[in-house]
Amino acid sequence: MAFIPHTEADVAAMLATIGVAGIEDLFDEIPADLRVKSLAGVPPELNEMQIGRLMTERARADGAPLAFIGAGAYEHHIPAAVWAITTRGEFYSAYTPYQAEASQGTLQLIYEFQTMIARLTGMEVANASMYDGASATAEAALMAVRANRKSKSARILVPTTLHPHYRKVAVTTAANQGLKFEELPYCTAEGVTPSASLARYDGQDITALVIQQPNFFGRLEDVDALTDWAHARAILVIAVVNPTSLALLKPPGEWGTRGADIAVGEGQPLGVPLCSGGPYFGFMTTRMEYVRQMPGRIVGRTLDTAGHAGFALTLQAREQHIRRAKATSNICTNQGLLVTAATIYMSLMGARGLARTAAAAHARTRELVAGLTRVPGVHLAFSGPYFHEAVLQLDRPVAPVLKSLSKRGILGGLDLSGYFPELGDALLVCATETKTSADIDRYRAGLSEVMQAARAA
Amino acid sequence: MSTVPADLKYTRSHEWVRTLADGTVAVGITDHAQHALGDLVFVEVPEAGRAVKAGEPCAVVESVKAASDVYAPLAGEVTAGNPKLKEKPETLNTDPYGEGWLMRLKPAPGALTGAALL
Repeated sequence: MAFIPHTEADVAAMLATIGVAGIEDLFDEIPADLRVKSLAGVPPELNEMQIGRLMTERARADGAPLAFIGAGAYEHHIPAAVWAITTRGEFYSAYTPYQAEASQGTLQLIYEFQTMIARLTGMEVANASMYDGASATAEAALMAVRANRKSKSARILVPTTLHPHYRKVAVTTAANQGLKFEELPYCTAEGVTPSASLARYDGQDITALVIQQPNFFGRLEDVDALTDWAHARAILVIAVVNPTSLALLKPPGEWGTRGADIAVGEGQPLGVPLCSGGPYFGFMTTRMEYVRQMPGRIVGRTLDTAGHAGFALTLQAREQHIRRAKATSNICTNQGLLVTAATIYMSLMGARGLARTAAAAHARTRELVAGLTRVPGVHLAFSGPYFHEAVLQLDRPVAPVLKSLSKRGILGGLDLSGYFPELGDALLVCATETKTSADIDRYRAGLSEVMQAARAA
Repeated sequence: MSTVPADLKYTRSHEWVRTLADGTVAVGITDHAQHALGDLVFVEVPEAGRAVKAGEPCAVVESVKAASDVYAPLAGEVTAGNPKLKEKPETLNTDPYGEGWLMRLKPAPGALTGAALL
């Protein structure tokens, strides 16, 4: 059977029907400079042995650097059992199960995933997952506009301390659907969003407030005060959270007096390796009150006609195969394989294991900050508590320092100067439980040498 | 056989309109419509104060397999959504012309006479 079922005649007939000369013309709205004409360095054809050799050589070029970069993607230890089980034939599928009813096992796994995520976030109901943390944030903003029926403005307050990529994705996804994202300033001394800065919005029609905890700088926001401020004004609260941190921090379901209304986040820390930025998965939870406004699939537990427990997709009238253009979302999916890995990861770690991981990551980051700030010309940018990331400020530009460190096999963090120029020569660093005291000392010694050499030059 | 009370006005999309003594109207869906939809599990009614145009989707009725919009039969301002339907959506199946009303509307000037009701 041909892999592509359309014959040339089929294609010609389809193009003639819509009055287009060629397939190329279908893409003409994509600006020419954004289109890939050809891929450099890719030979026309290679056999398996040759491609294996080529990829091994290229992988070797990456080396095995010691990474202290976080910024939304975190290196955690993944027990070997996670991917050994995930890649079993019974589970191994690239995508969401379209004939879900065919496999009770898959449905049960998703149901367990939803239960774990709902408990971790302290929320009432979770969906079967989203693409990633950024798109889940965008979907949460769209959902808030549907759920907050008292507000007509579609104005969403977004702290500057939200991951800049998340803000970009949210604007790209939702701005053309009439949502207006307004940026909340942060305190440059403390790296958090002061609730006093919200006073200027008193009496205005605001639909939702986004709060990321820990925020992009790793700092802890005053989530209780922000949540209560929003709820006193009928503003919905969208929490953006790191799942590992929830083993230690107050879950969004308990923020303030009433808890957050929607909680989303990036699921990658739960058993998904770092791999050139993806694939990852997002999670999304809410109150039962808003479940019909939540996008994505939901698996429910039920009884069959003989009274046996079973699992089925539920509340499908929200979804695109039924509601079409009026579905809660036409641009989301569940990430079946990654959710499988996360569910196995969470079940192997357990609540205690996850709490120990989170505590170790926090302790390592404190150790890292203590070590690096001993280096002359390096200081901590913000006072106050942080989770497993912190912003450092250097007395010289960050990019050349990072370049010198990478030559020593150390990925020293994320240069913030392009994202937050007001912070000057700022560097976001992260350490998780994967880093040892020797690793941290290697970074400190390397940074010390690089800074000294730069000063001498 | 579905019932069609003679004292009501109807739209082609199976909404009914009842003129009340205070000049507002009650709006619901017909017995035929609730039959066709099957057992309703959720009903979303509009908030009081919302202005609607004739033909604008203003409520959603959801059965196990489908969700359908209900259209405003005439222009006006919503004075109430039926609060009972949140807890008991099945009321719409059992009493579509009575307790199962969806919303009350204050018709815009001339809307009641001008509306294309049957």
